[in-house]
Amino acid sequence: MLKLLLTSVCQIFGIFLITFLILHLIPGDPILVMMGESSSLADQEKLRSELGLDKSIIEQIINSIGQLAQGNFGTSILSNMPIKPQLLDAMKNTYTLASLALCIAIFFGFIGGILAAKFHGSYIDRCITNVSLFFISIPHFFLGPLLILMMSIYLGLLPVSGMESKYAIILPALTLALGLLAVIIKMTRNSMLEIINSDVVRTARAKGLGELAITLHHMFRLVLIPLITIIGMQFGSLLSGAVITETIFSWDGLGRLLVTSIQTRDYPVTQACILIIASSYVFINFLTEVAYRFLDPRMRH
Amino acid sequence: MKQTAIAIILFWVFSLIYKILSGYDSSIMQVEEILATPNFTYWFGKDDFGRDIYFRLVDGFINSFLIIFCVTFISSISGIFIGVLSGYIGGKLDQTIKFITTLFMSFPGILLAIAFAAILSPGKLNLIIALSIGGWVGYARLARAQTLLVKEQDFVKASQSMGSTKSRTIFHHILPALSTPMIVEATYAVAGLIIAEASLSFLGLGLQAPEASLGGMMRDSVRYLLAFHIMQ
Repeated sequence: MLKLLLTSVCQIFGIFLITFLILHLIPGDPILVMMGESSSLADQEKLRSELGLDKSIIEQIINSIGQLAQGNFGTSILSNMPIKPQLLDAMKNTYTLASLALCIAIFFGFIGGILAAKFHGSYIDRCITNVSLFFISIPHFFLGPLLILMMSIYLGLLPVSGMESKYAIILPALTLALGLLAVIIKMTRNSMLEIINSDVVRTARAKGLGELAITLHHMFRLVLIPLITIIGMQFGSLLSGAVITETIFSWDGLGRLLVTSIQTRDYPVTQACILIIASSYVFINFLTEVAYRFLDPRMRH
Repeated sequence: MKQTAIAIILFWVFSLIYKILSGYDSSIMQVEEILATPNFTYWFGKDDFGRDIYFRLVDGFINSFLIIFCVTFISSISGIFIGVLSGYIGGKLDQTIKFITTLFMSFPGILLAIAFAAILSPGKLNLIIALSIGGWVGYARLARAQTLLVKEQDFVKASQSMGSTKSRTIFHHILPALSTPMIVEATYAVAGLIIAEASLSFLGLGLQAPEASLGGMMRDSVRYLLAFHIMQ
């Protein structure tokens, strides 16, 4: 467990180094890239000292670690305001979106997977498998506009984009969830099929338990353990999918902040966004690993 | 399933031949035909600059294909090289490479490509670099694991005991054994790359106008989809 924690901390430090280097890898002078050729020399020097680019690289690394430890993510070049409040807002929005998408995907994924495995080989199974294959092969940037076209423009049920209405979260969450849903259905179905003929299930059936009790109490609990790992790993694709989904639906999350900051060449914001997204991915992976060990006694030693 | 795949392949082969034979330049703009609906001359209609969408699609496909081919070539060669070295030599080198690969794996999906596309100015070459930076990791991990397996097998040990050099062992025994899993890995990676390339172009970080790209066309058209709603 300690080794796991240590690896995660090392990973986060590595991510910090890579994001830190982003500013230094810009071809040419980053200050000129950010401010444009026509900016005055005094402004350029001011920004240079604000970003700490006039110091040596070791000094810069130590400085920014110190700043980060105090929860200071630096200042946005565009708005000249601290990044932190903006970042916290975006984080809240992204995590709300991602967790809703995850809930939808897990709920319908489990139901779909269990049904498909229960009626293995039947019409229901083929139907569920084909629908999930359909959603697994559609990229987010196509599914999003498709949903807008269907739900908002033809049916007029939900808002197209933005965050004003409280129903606005449904379409982006659905876009994110449908791809994940397909993965969860496939995994649930396959692992259910693996244990459907195992001794545990046969014993339960021999005891005279009802079909529902066998499915939920015996089979589902066994299936849950590998599924948790897969869901944890899929969280990463959820985060990178959020970049595109948030851009389509104008959802003010981390992904949209990242894309806007790249377009406006606001590099401190870009760095902060990448750092946060990658660190939360590492954190979730760590939690998944811990949960896995906790749930499966065989893994504890 | 099989029929669909054959139909898709036939469509692209036909389109490529048609495109080469007709020699049509997809960036020709005809202002009087902006946003024309599909008809017999312009099969898929025209876009907001009056360019033929069908030929834009074919060009976008060629661009996407070229980029993915280059990325796969670069990342598989470097990935296999790093992976085999790490697995075969072992020790400190192996530990370092293992840590670097876990580090690269800790960026979810296309985030690393986005980060590098952000700092390099957008363009074809930089897109290839940005995608290759994240691409080699998968190959390296698999190549390392496979090398560790093959290294211990009897035929490798036999050839070593007969005095074959390190380079002979790697080139004549380990690399041929790697080819099958690597081809499988490459097919999965290519599928992911098509989406990644289109996603980057969709975000405006890939190919820039006037070059055609599938993701860029998607972005431009989505704007009209939403504008259509506002106009109503």
